[in-house]
Amino acid sequence: MDTLTLLLDGFASALTPQNLAFCAVGVLLGTFVGVLPGIGPAMAVALLLPLTFGLEPTQSFILFAGIYYGGMYGGSTTSILLNTPGESASVMTAIEGNKMAKKGRAAQALATAAIGSFIAGTIGTLLVAFFTPGLARVAVNIGAPSFFAIMLFSLVLVTAVLGSSKLRGFIGLAIGLTIGLVGLDLSTGQARLTGGVLQLADGIDIVVVAVGIFAIGEAMWIAAHLRRAPLDVIPVGRPFMSREDWSRSWRPWLRGTALGFPFGALPAGGAETPTFMSYVLERKLSRRSDEFGHGAIEGVAGPEAANNASAAGMFVPLLALGLPVTATAAVLLAAMRTYGIVPGPTLMADQPDLVWTLLASLLIGNTLLLAINLPLAPLWAKLLRIPRPQLYAGILFFASLGAYAVNQSAFDVALLLVFGAVGFAVRRFGIPLLPLILGVIIGPLMETKMREALDLSNGAISGLFNEPLAIFVYLLILLALVVPTVLSRVRGPVPHPVSNESEVS
Amino acid sequence: MAVVIGFIPDEYGEAALAYGLGEAQRRHTGVVIVNSTKGDALVDRRYLGEDDKVTLEEQLAASGVEHELRQTTGKDIADEILAVAKEVIADVIVIGIRHRTPVGKVIMGSVAQRVIIDATCPVIAVKPG
Repeated sequence: MDTLTLLLDGFASALTPQNLAFCAVGVLLGTFVGVLPGIGPAMAVALLLPLTFGLEPTQSFILFAGIYYGGMYGGSTTSILLNTPGESASVMTAIEGNKMAKKGRAAQALATAAIGSFIAGTIGTLLVAFFTPGLARVAVNIGAPSFFAIMLFSLVLVTAVLGSSKLRGFIGLAIGLTIGLVGLDLSTGQARLTGGVLQLADGIDIVVVAVGIFAIGEAMWIAAHLRRAPLDVIPVGRPFMSREDWSRSWRPWLRGTALGFPFGALPAGGAETPTFMSYVLERKLSRRSDEFGHGAIEGVAGPEAANNASAAGMFVPLLALGLPVTATAAVLLAAMRTYGIVPGPTLMADQPDLVWTLLASLLIGNTLLLAINLPLAPLWAKLLRIPRPQLYAGILFFASLGAYAVNQSAFDVALLLVFGAVGFAVRRFGIPLLPLILGVIIGPLMETKMREALDLSNGAISGLFNEPLAIFVYLLILLALVVPTVLSRVRGPVPHPVSNESEVS
Repeated sequence: MAVVIGFIPDEYGEAALAYGLGEAQRRHTGVVIVNSTKGDALVDRRYLGEDDKVTLEEQLAASGVEHELRQTTGKDIADEILAVAKEVIADVIVIGIRHRTPVGKVIMGSVAQRVIIDATCPVIAVKPG
């Protein structure tokens, strides 16, 4: 009951007119960036971060949370109407959704995606509210060696298990960890990888890295592939659903939620796996499995709910452990640190107002998304007509402004261009962005924990293994690395959803 | 030798198409329809999609004129029309023109104006209605 009271308090502070306005702006902005392929919530939050320094932390997190949920929501619109998944988690939605749209059922596909997202997002957020405090209480007692192991676990999962190429994943991770190493050594004060440049001694601001990799890198990538034949967009009216659509949708919604949430909450990240699993499950369970591949509504409802539930699940490791598992979570974590908030197990105790207002505004934002966006679907489809030069000129402007605003230094703008070049290169060579950005964020955190553990053991390496939990997690890491390899040897190659977009959420 | 028609699926394109087909019948020649996009947006409703192409094809078949559709992508629509005109050694280019205020012309430019100025063959500018 404690949780409920706290959540109601959160609602009380989230429902002020000002906070509601931030929430509305957030969901609209989020839908905007979600609809446009290539621009995701991670980029949007990174771009807005320097501009929100003047706000209260609570208000900017309400804004960011709105962007995050809005982005998930907008992605489905693009998948259904254009067959171009705005983000990798929408790939499965695109399969059936676009087929439905081609059969003239675009409105129903959009409606089931929207309502499914709402239900999954609401249940997911409530689960976050009820699980996180307990997990945080347990997490406070986790020692440094185990914490180090858990972080390693999440990096390994993101790098090796998700994504198509392990080698590319590890290259991305190595680049990220290297960027995270730049600066003064925490305990000895030795300068690392600064190349004698004084401005690098404080380390590289994560905002500059994120904006460079996401915004500048994407802009250069688009500039290199500017002219492409336009796609056929499917006209859409106001979304609505018939009684039959409802009865075919509600079970997939709930099953998708049940599949998606645990995957989001595990420090594994990625909505691709649960959306894929939900799609396969719905195809097996459906009485009309022959309709799959030709526009079955279950194939939209299930994966879309799984997508949003896992998006909500991401808040569990972020709020309870201070551990980001998606690119957007990584940027949110960076935002917390810029506000001087210490993420980690103590966050729930230190900043209860922030956390509960954030959770309440997630629920409000979800409702706003449904109320605002369902009638606006035709309008969002019009956004796809924005010419790329104008759009990316705007993004470049905000990116440079933001990078300069962090420390008011021209050096940061130069760094921004360097990371823009890195961002372009990793896209060119198909290196995933998620391990890279998580490496930048988690790397320094991991180092702190490792140093702590090694200091306690006077430098003996056994200090990293002296907790049962740590050993258990190392076993999991081993399993995560070995099992998929063995399985693929035994069973032969498994078909895997492939995304042609480099976007990450 | 052909009549080159700059076509987009709206009233201006339709006006140019109707006049161009008449012109081709008068000259006893075929038409080459040029439909171009800058290709810089995800969706360009001036670029013919599958359904639009079917409608256009029906219209062309009904006219009985020999016809060909060229869809091209390039940074300047006028250049695309002129390039096709040069390639097929056009007798005449038919384009639809719209009213633009002087300010509008500065901001939006004018494809029609550039076609008229740079073409090496006669250009017929048609208004709808």
